Amino acid sequence: MLSKHGVFERHTWLLSIGVLIVVAIGGLVEIVPLFYLKSTIEKVEGMRPYTPLELVGRDIYIREGCYVCHSQMIRSLRDEVERYGHYSLAAESMYDHPFQWGSKRTGPDLARVGGKYSNDWHLAHMTDPRSVVPESIMPGYPWLSQRRLDASEMAEKLKTLAAVGVPYTEEMIANAASDLEAQASPESDGADAVVTRYPKAVIGNFDGKPDELTELDAMIAYLQMLGTLVDFTKLDAAGPNLR
Amino acid sequence: MAANENREELSAFSDALAVLGAGLGAVLGLYLTVYSNDPVMKFHGALLGGTSILGALYVLSSLTGKPGEPRDFYHDSPIKFAAIAAVFWGIAGFIVGDIIAWQMAFPWLNFDLPWTSFGRLRPLHTSAVIFAFGGNALLATSFYVVQRTTKARLFGRWSPWFVVVGYNLFIVIAGTGYILGVTQSKEYAEPEWYADLWLTVVWVAYLVVFAGTLMKRKEPHIYVANWFYLAFILTIAMLHIVNNLTLPVSFTGTKSYILFSGVQDAMTQWWYGHNAVGFFLTAGFLGMMYYFIPKRAERPVYSYRLSIVHFWSLIFLYIWAGPHHLHYTALPDWAQTLGATFSIMLWMPSWGGMINGLMTLSGAWDKLRTDPVIRMLVVSVAFYGMSTFEGPLMSLKAVNSLSHYTDWTIGHVHSGALGWVGMVSFGALYCLFPWLWKRRGLYSMRLVEWHFWLSTIGILFYITAMWVSGILQGLMWRAYDELGFLKYSFVETVDAMHIPYIIRAGGGLLFIIGALIMAYNLWRTARGDEPVDAENQPLVAAAPALREKLAAAE
Repeated sequence: MLSKHGVFERHTWLLSIGVLIVVAIGGLVEIVPLFYLKSTIEKVEGMRPYTPLELVGRDIYIREGCYVCHSQMIRSLRDEVERYGHYSLAAESMYDHPFQWGSKRTGPDLARVGGKYSNDWHLAHMTDPRSVVPESIMPGYPWLSQRRLDASEMAEKLKTLAAVGVPYTEEMIANAASDLEAQASPESDGADAVVTRYPKAVIGNFDGKPDELTELDAMIAYLQMLGTLVDFTKLDAAGPNLR
Repeated sequence: MAANENREELSAFSDALAVLGAGLGAVLGLYLTVYSNDPVMKFHGALLGGTSILGALYVLSSLTGKPGEPRDFYHDSPIKFAAIAAVFWGIAGFIVGDIIAWQMAFPWLNFDLPWTSFGRLRPLHTSAVIFAFGGNALLATSFYVVQRTTKARLFGRWSPWFVVVGYNLFIVIAGTGYILGVTQSKEYAEPEWYADLWLTVVWVAYLVVFAGTLMKRKEPHIYVANWFYLAFILTIAMLHIVNNLTLPVSFTGTKSYILFSGVQDAMTQWWYGHNAVGFFLTAGFLGMMYYFIPKRAERPVYSYRLSIVHFWSLIFLYIWAGPHHLHYTALPDWAQTLGATFSIMLWMPSWGGMINGLMTLSGAWDKLRTDPVIRMLVVSVAFYGMSTFEGPLMSLKAVNSLSHYTDWTIGHVHSGALGWVGMVSFGALYCLFPWLWKRRGLYSMRLVEWHFWLSTIGILFYITAMWVSGILQGLMWRAYDELGFLKYSFVETVDAMHIPYIIRAGGGLLFIIGALIMAYNLWRTARGDEPVDAENQPLVAAAPALREKLAAAE
């Protein structure tokens, strides 16, 4: 039988095709069904696209490599559910391009960090982590509150995400730039409109600088919404979601 | 005469094509430099344009060279380039790795600056060691091995140069991008869309050069090392393209959004991620093992049958193992179970490769004592065996529930990366430098001994520290007190890692010192300095062309 193997050793193209067929199978079986199965594509009440400010915050989260130390995926294990909250559902990251589940917890999981700390705490913690958690080994990010937010491509970003399947409406895209400002200006007229378009959006002057929109505003807005969209007092995740 | 004319015409054609390609690169690069609003894109455009212009000038200047100059049968200059690049990037990547290891013990080392903060340096470390060090080692050895085992010169005139220079340009674009905050956050696939596109072009050229050389081989059969190199090149192409499907926000900006989201993106990413290990760091380096161990030990490969069985089963099974990175997550259970099952099965072909490598030493075990280069190669295979035993163990759901998210994973990766990938590459580089530069041996075998022991001890410090911190942290996370409450806050588990982190960083430092010794030794070798201990070096350490004369002199 093994003597027949010579045919692969004499023909480069045959060896190449053989390799390609053999290595394609596993991925096809494991990936393709995920685009069709109910448990991986179903929508859950409460999920909505990110507000422009949250989205920019998320882009900064990615830029600074937060994912290398923080997961956003609570596993269905007793101690994790008790430490971090309800285990994460597939639907909760359905608008995440790319996903931020992470692979290492040098710091704690952030999947449900929203609302757990005040804006002031985040401001202090991001600027100098050891001022609020003395044993922390997190780097400080003082530059975030010093950089003005770059709002130049806001509508283009929403359009791009809409093109890959995030349900941003035309209204959301048209108001992207103004929503970005309004979410961090609680007194403004636009703030209510942000909450109407994006239910449960947290409005606030996140970085303590009322007249300036900084990268830290966006980062804290993102952190404050993480894991808050689905109401687990109403949703029985073990029902239709039972895995 | 006709053949000669034909060749001249062909080489004129390739020269023209090379200049044209470089011209296109220059135009595109300069366009991005001028018209992009994104400062990082401007910088990367300038890098592409500048490299293209230098490349075009180099091609043009070589046209005026002496036409009658005899050329070597094998095309080794691009290999020398990649071999030197491997040493350079290796040391750079190890140093960045050790810096971030110290940052975890002493966080003030982040300096509160964006460019030195852990989150940006960590991808720089992983990409530098995997893709820059490992990648250049694979380019160098695959181009060397494919020529020697096919008895044919590398396919193409300029394309081998395009592959090595283009690949290193990709490394520079990717690495400077991370420091400046350009990343798509997919682990081991962080470069943004335009760097990915560039790598795709380079990779296709790599496949063409490699497969083209196989096709014009003078040997009837394709040697086993080349099966592994070919599988590595093809599969990495597939993984790279699918995992990086993305939509740029604008064509002159760096930012893009990945096509898939959430659970589909997670599965695609770890299908890619685990097979970056399986094909980049395993199949490619097995190709290295299958050439350099038999050559250096001057023994045939232990079993031809075993190579066939373990080749096909390894590449078939590896692809399935990705979901073991996603146990107990929102990925469906059936996929997790498949991932774990195939990971366990993977143990067999992995150890098949280990046995084939180790048993090649049959009848030559005494060389472990006399030739530290052989020792390095053999210890690398031992580390391969160890980490491919640990991997399936950690892929079991029960074990993974403890080990996942902890330093145990980091330790596991490094026993494979430092022990297997690092050591087998060092061994191959110690072989390659005298062979490529036509020297009678390495500058110093004693320095190889020092390198061997420093890195072995460094690795042991590293992985034991990570076992301790990983298992400790996993246990602390799930510890309950007598009243049924979680016993430790998260930050208490962080605090407990301090001492293991210092030991780990110390182990890494030993590994770096070893690598610096290697760089010195290889530099003296390439420079042509007489070996200080020629009498201790086996004949096989000398360049093939010199061996006959040396043997006669003895």
